[in-house]
Amino acid sequence: MSLTIEETKLRNKELIAEVLKAYPEKSAKRRAKHLDVHEEGQSECDVKSNIKSLPGVMTIRGCAYAGSKGVVWGPIKDMIHISHGPVGCGQYSWASRRNYYIGTTGIDSFGTMQFTSDFQEKDIVFGGDKKLEKIMDEIQVLFPLNKGITVQSECPIGLIGDDIEAVSKKKSKEYGGKTIVPVRCEGFRGVSQSLGHHIANDAIRDWVFEKTDADKNKFEATPYDVAIIGDYNIGGDAWSSRILLEEMGLRVIAQWSGDGTIAELENTPKAKLNVLHCYRSMNYISRYMEEKYGIPWVEYNFFGPSKIEASLREIASHFDDKIKEGAERVIAKYKALTDAVIAKYQPRLKDKTVMLFVGGLRPRHVIGAYEDLGMKVVGTGYEFGHNDDYQRTTHYVKDGTLIYDDVTGFEFEKFVEKIQPDLVGSGIKEKYVFQKMGVPFRQMHSWDYSGPYHGYDGFAIFARDMDMAINSPVWALTKAPWKK
Amino acid sequence: MSQNAEKVIDHEMLFREPEYVEMFAKKKEQFEFGFPIEKMEEIREWTKSKEYQDLNFAREGLTVNPAKACQPLGAVFAAVGFAKTLPFVHGSQGCVAYYRSHFSRHFKEPTSCVSSSMTEDAAVFGGLNNMVDGLQNAYSLYKPDMIAVSTTCMAEVIGDDLGSFIRTAKQKGSVTEDFDVPYAHTPAFVGSHITGYDNALKGVLTHFWEGKERTPNESINFIGGFDGNVVGNMPEIRRILDLFGADYTVVCDPSDVWNTPTDGEFRMYDGGTTKDEVKQALNAKATLSFQGFSTEKTTKYIAETGQEVVALYHPMGVAGTDQFLMEISRLTGKPIPESLEKERGRLMDAIADSSAHIHGKKFALYGDPDLMLGMTAFLLELGAEPVHVLSTNGGPEWAEKVQALFDASPFGAGCHVYPKKDLWHMRSLLFTEPVDLLIGNTYGKYLERDCNVPLVRMGFPIFDRHHYHRFPIWGYEGSLRVMVAILDEIFEALDANTIDTSKTDYSYDIIR
Repeated sequence: MSLTIEETKLRNKELIAEVLKAYPEKSAKRRAKHLDVHEEGQSECDVKSNIKSLPGVMTIRGCAYAGSKGVVWGPIKDMIHISHGPVGCGQYSWASRRNYYIGTTGIDSFGTMQFTSDFQEKDIVFGGDKKLEKIMDEIQVLFPLNKGITVQSECPIGLIGDDIEAVSKKKSKEYGGKTIVPVRCEGFRGVSQSLGHHIANDAIRDWVFEKTDADKNKFEATPYDVAIIGDYNIGGDAWSSRILLEEMGLRVIAQWSGDGTIAELENTPKAKLNVLHCYRSMNYISRYMEEKYGIPWVEYNFFGPSKIEASLREIASHFDDKIKEGAERVIAKYKALTDAVIAKYQPRLKDKTVMLFVGGLRPRHVIGAYEDLGMKVVGTGYEFGHNDDYQRTTHYVKDGTLIYDDVTGFEFEKFVEKIQPDLVGSGIKEKYVFQKMGVPFRQMHSWDYSGPYHGYDGFAIFARDMDMAINSPVWALTKAPWKK
Repeated sequence: MSQNAEKVIDHEMLFREPEYVEMFAKKKEQFEFGFPIEKMEEIREWTKSKEYQDLNFAREGLTVNPAKACQPLGAVFAAVGFAKTLPFVHGSQGCVAYYRSHFSRHFKEPTSCVSSSMTEDAAVFGGLNNMVDGLQNAYSLYKPDMIAVSTTCMAEVIGDDLGSFIRTAKQKGSVTEDFDVPYAHTPAFVGSHITGYDNALKGVLTHFWEGKERTPNESINFIGGFDGNVVGNMPEIRRILDLFGADYTVVCDPSDVWNTPTDGEFRMYDGGTTKDEVKQALNAKATLSFQGFSTEKTTKYIAETGQEVVALYHPMGVAGTDQFLMEISRLTGKPIPESLEKERGRLMDAIADSSAHIHGKKFALYGDPDLMLGMTAFLLELGAEPVHVLSTNGGPEWAEKVQALFDASPFGAGCHVYPKKDLWHMRSLLFTEPVDLLIGNTYGKYLERDCNVPLVRMGFPIFDRHHYHRFPIWGYEGSLRVMVAILDEIFEALDANTIDTSKTDYSYDIIR
């Protein structure tokens, strides 16, 4: 009963009209701008994005703090990131993003720990700067191998007028020039995580690059030095990416920021090329390094063999023949693996439909991986995308795809109920809603505690996981036989 | 290349393959500029010392790995416990994303909750418009019977007045005048998640009871408090009260909505205390709170209405459950059912069978203050020694109660209570005064790794084991489960320690 493209478009348009009916008039008008059916040939998906969520609609979005502490800074493993403010923000984001790292936690690495100033009423009334100073002193005593400190501001900081910049400068001087980074990522800033990424990027620019002693942490540069930008090493993603870059002859001098260190951040300006995976969260610093240090950057996509292959060649095109040959060698080396993965899983997944709603790069980046397995993405949207994300999305989506920006709980449920995809890929808040409805689901933020999904090694895991979600016997049993 | 389509290798084993191990070593050596391994080892050893412990306990500003969350989380828990009620958190939206994720990771269930999505302009001008639009949108989309409002720290810092905002929103037609919008101010910088539960629950009761005449009847109210095992505990409490034939109302019961079936339908609302039940609850002769520290303000408010209030502290085990049942019996005037007496006997039987394996074992435990009191009492009853009892959100008053338990038992002699401390304090304690077992939530696994002490998972949240929350830890039946969980860890540890062939496996017994 598959619909023609025209029928699909009509169905999707009707569906949009239907969900909008549930809103009060003013809100319906505003939400209408975020929903669209993709028309082939359009240069961008015709939706508004990166604007405020409506109150009360159950947006899936987070906040600037989540974008800075949770995404950009949190994974830098040898620094201590203070969740500055009340206890909750740090507690809920404690070790929940699965940014894998190697290190001795609590001694020389701190990624899966929760450092908080645990604000009390008196800190709100009298300000928290004195407490912050004391906290930094205590960190220096109890965690002497920390390589730096960041202050991740929670909502109250910006509201009570604390001067975390002054505290950071003072303490940095006191500790002999230690890297201490104040980050103004209060949760009320901006409309989503996205501004938090930007603020965190700017903090690296202002408090790391601007203050780094070029003679520190020296190494011999090579013509093949690159930095991985925008890979948070969720379930080991950056590792299964790095290995490919190294196998083709490049030398990865830094990982931003999964399994990353402050030394790697500081040394990144020595790279010959920045390779950027999550454009949304780290395009800012890539552009800055291009302007300031003349380092070109290139976006790549390591989901699924088609995109990996194209990306390896694209990256190689910035280097000499040695690297170009290296790329071909890597592609050839993994051919047997990807052929075997596709041969095994495509027959089980062919023509299955997927609806996505994720953040960062994934609403478009994973489409190719699904297509490598013969699957079709019929709906997608960004939690916190901007216009440039939707422009990039047109290269990925098919005619008639339903596009939903900052989807609300209500809309997403209705869309899935009507479209009945074979798989939904979204987050933990959405997972159980759809599983209750009998729809197979994979978390596409945390890889549902699996991964890596990047690179060739990751693609095998991705394919296996999608198969086990869709073809699990449980979905045939959700309806009692006497009710069928 | 080690990946393989036939048998896909997961992260657990993939990164132990030689090509990855070599890659990690090179990255560390060439680019990380870390400390030499000897330095790392030196500091690691130092963190195990008494000297380090003293410095660690001298902390005044820094909190590391706390065992508590913030007020609004508890407020959402309380709101979820009422029928067809949508929790509405006034303030920044990221908070709500966090609460929903946190609950979903623990219960493996959806948690519906909306935010008023305040941003910079609301920080300057106040969040009135967000409340007005938010209530209207939430009501239009999700058709609740009630919207329970609480706040994030942002709204509290700028001083938004919920009462007047909700009145204005009603005047502007966001919801009708008679639509129920109970509310509570729940600043994240005061107390913890249990305080938020308390405030929000009191907010609901106040909304329905204020100005109403109380006509006392013979029913009793039961309030559970913030409880990670609510899905298993609440049905157990109902079973016990039903066995008594008691006339009762459970006030705040999220055990259905966090336990919905997978049958093709998503139930945004399911079960919970209805508005009529809340209204009727005013007339009860008494309210029994299972967790006194989680319901301090609520029980005080209820007492002011003229009801008798009995606040227990998470009674568990034999004597704890005895006390609970005797209170029910006293309040309802009904005798303790024989079947429960038999359950008691069975728990005693199980303890008698197994206590030799628990007797004299040293325990460290941490968590919410009420749970710690119940668990400490139970351990002492089993002949165990709860040598470190720690709570991040328990204060001096709580510590006195724990000390009283120690003082009343010969097994409490060498035991200490640690109010307002965190899991980094606990780490020091576990090195300087090691124990046999640790009891706490999922975050305890880092202590399990660092200090090599087996973890019995109990409390909230538990993310890394599935379905524990579905089973009761209350009543004689629940206590039995708790004891089995402890025994399992003891036996697992014993087996692991004796499994070496021809070295230690003489003790690798099949009968214990």
